[in-house]
Amino acid sequence: MTRLLLALVMAFTAAIGLAPTASAELKVLVEGPGNFKPVPLAIPDFEVRGGTNTDLARQIADVVRNDLESTGLFEMQNPASFIQKDLSIDVQPRFADWKIIKTDGLVVGAFEELPDGKIAVSFRLWDVYAGDVMRINGQPGRRLTTTPDNWRRIAHKIADSIYTRLTGEDPYFDTRIVYIAETGPKLNRVKRLAIMDSDGANQQYLTPGTNTVLTPRFSPSAQEITYMSYEGGKPRVYLFNIETGRQELLGNFPGMTFAPRFSRDGESVLLTQANNGNSDLYIMNLQTRQSRRLTDHPAIDTSPSMSPDGKAIVFTSDRGGSPQLYIMNTDGSPRTCPSGGRDVACRITFNKGQYSTPVWSPRGDLVAFTKQLGGKFYIGVIGTDGTGERLLTEAYLDEGPDWSPNGRVIVYFRESRPGAGPQLWSVDLSGRNERRLQTQTEASDPAWSPLLQ
Amino acid sequence: MKSYLKISTAAAVLIALGACASQPEPPPPVEEAPPVEQPAPPPPPPPPPVVEEPTGPAPGSLEDFRVNVGERVYFDLNEYRLDPDDQEILKLQAAWLQSYPSVRIMVAGNCDERGTREYNLALGERRASVVKDYLVSLGVDPSRIDTISYGKERPIAAGSDEASWALNRNGFTQIVSGTTS
Repeated sequence: MTRLLLALVMAFTAAIGLAPTASAELKVLVEGPGNFKPVPLAIPDFEVRGGTNTDLARQIADVVRNDLESTGLFEMQNPASFIQKDLSIDVQPRFADWKIIKTDGLVVGAFEELPDGKIAVSFRLWDVYAGDVMRINGQPGRRLTTTPDNWRRIAHKIADSIYTRLTGEDPYFDTRIVYIAETGPKLNRVKRLAIMDSDGANQQYLTPGTNTVLTPRFSPSAQEITYMSYEGGKPRVYLFNIETGRQELLGNFPGMTFAPRFSRDGESVLLTQANNGNSDLYIMNLQTRQSRRLTDHPAIDTSPSMSPDGKAIVFTSDRGGSPQLYIMNTDGSPRTCPSGGRDVACRITFNKGQYSTPVWSPRGDLVAFTKQLGGKFYIGVIGTDGTGERLLTEAYLDEGPDWSPNGRVIVYFRESRPGAGPQLWSVDLSGRNERRLQTQTEASDPAWSPLLQ
Repeated sequence: MKSYLKISTAAAVLIALGACASQPEPPPPVEEAPPVEQPAPPPPPPPPPVVEEPTGPAPGSLEDFRVNVGERVYFDLNEYRLDPDDQEILKLQAAWLQSYPSVRIMVAGNCDERGTREYNLALGERRASVVKDYLVSLGVDPSRIDTISYGKERPIAAGSDEASWALNRNGFTQIVSGTTS
């Protein structure tokens, strides 16, 4: 039996990227080999233990299944194939029944309606081949409680726990995406600020569409958005508080301000001011409202994004003749450039094409960008030292990447062919698993929130 | 239609100028007999019924600027330099603005869809600024000129082809106030 088990694990390791560990515990490698196949998971509908709301219990399980399947790392087993029907969260499953259908992992959940009107969901994650429960934060399972209207967040948190336990990666399902909802004909486009859950649920419009709004980005608290609006006929950067709906002009710059992005600590906003034909970078402290000029160059400098440690900024500049990516120190001191020499700004892109919209990854080692070359647009990543460029997507127009908070997934927008309206897409850092995010309207400029609290 | 009107007006002006230039010198004046008293002329016929004849836009009007001057200059791909054609249009704009000193304008910089949004906002601002600077160099008071960049947000041609992109890369001089009509 042990021999068989080991052989099976080895077979899976070769074929689908399961890491052989000393204990042969179920483990999903997110950087799988080229012939990667998703890992089979079974998540039967949750047992209803208290109350009668079987619909809600099933919906929660649906969201968990959908989240995990959306990673491209897991394959949900067909419920029709399940042999054991009498699962209970308190009883060890009959592993043999799950091995027959070649399931690696099994999630068993229970749903309760509590006397105070809240709901609770408990779950356990079983490693079918190890024949053991997989502990989460040292516990053999988790129980989450909330009000019924908040049920989706419970589902996302369960999916996050399972994802993190199986991959070792930080979670990212319990997050939101802010974007620009686009309606109307091409020559008279209406653009509204919109927000949705990471899986596309709960879509809401935050601005009425009377002014064109562009390029929203989340604060690290996920409570505020900074974006650009043509309010009053002047293109300028604003802050928007999601809870209060209050919009506030940021700063008192004589020229137009655009391309805002929060610093990693949330205390400042990086932005571009264009005045008299010249765009330069600024950083504004949100407490003191003092701004400091970061670049002073006759070329266009725009799209600043700060490193996670706050020490450096990557940005777009055409100082070399075409848009390329540069890195500078936040304090303006000279850097030793990977291409040689010392300079206040080091160019990191030297391959053919134009590069723009850089976004520093939450892990700090990569920069995501938009590349234009030969009539195509690409989303790619490059090391902060300018090495290891990889293109992840290609289309008529692919633009504006942003990272999931764990740095595994990149969201962007795409016009698949000339004349097609923009849609939101995501791709795994490995380049696998390109997926369209469903939105009610055409959509652009997506930005991912941090993990919700 | 707009361009047809513009061309026909320009052609009319050219023909008039040409007629002037090619006219031979008038003959010397000849002494004429003193006028003879004549009977009073018959009363003039009643004015003809008013017919809506296109007589061209009123001078100093928005339409005058649009038809007889031209609102837009067009930029090459990724460029913000003004070529001689652009300069000609801007010279006409500047002369017109000098004739109507109460007019205020907003110059918008526009880009095609084949660039990324934020870079295009910067490029559009640069284009608008180049147009403003040229008008100022021709004597237009800078306080009469505002600029705005729309990046790739305000296309005027809906196609996704070279011809449309060329139209969408423009500097648009929009009259804000101060016209005669």
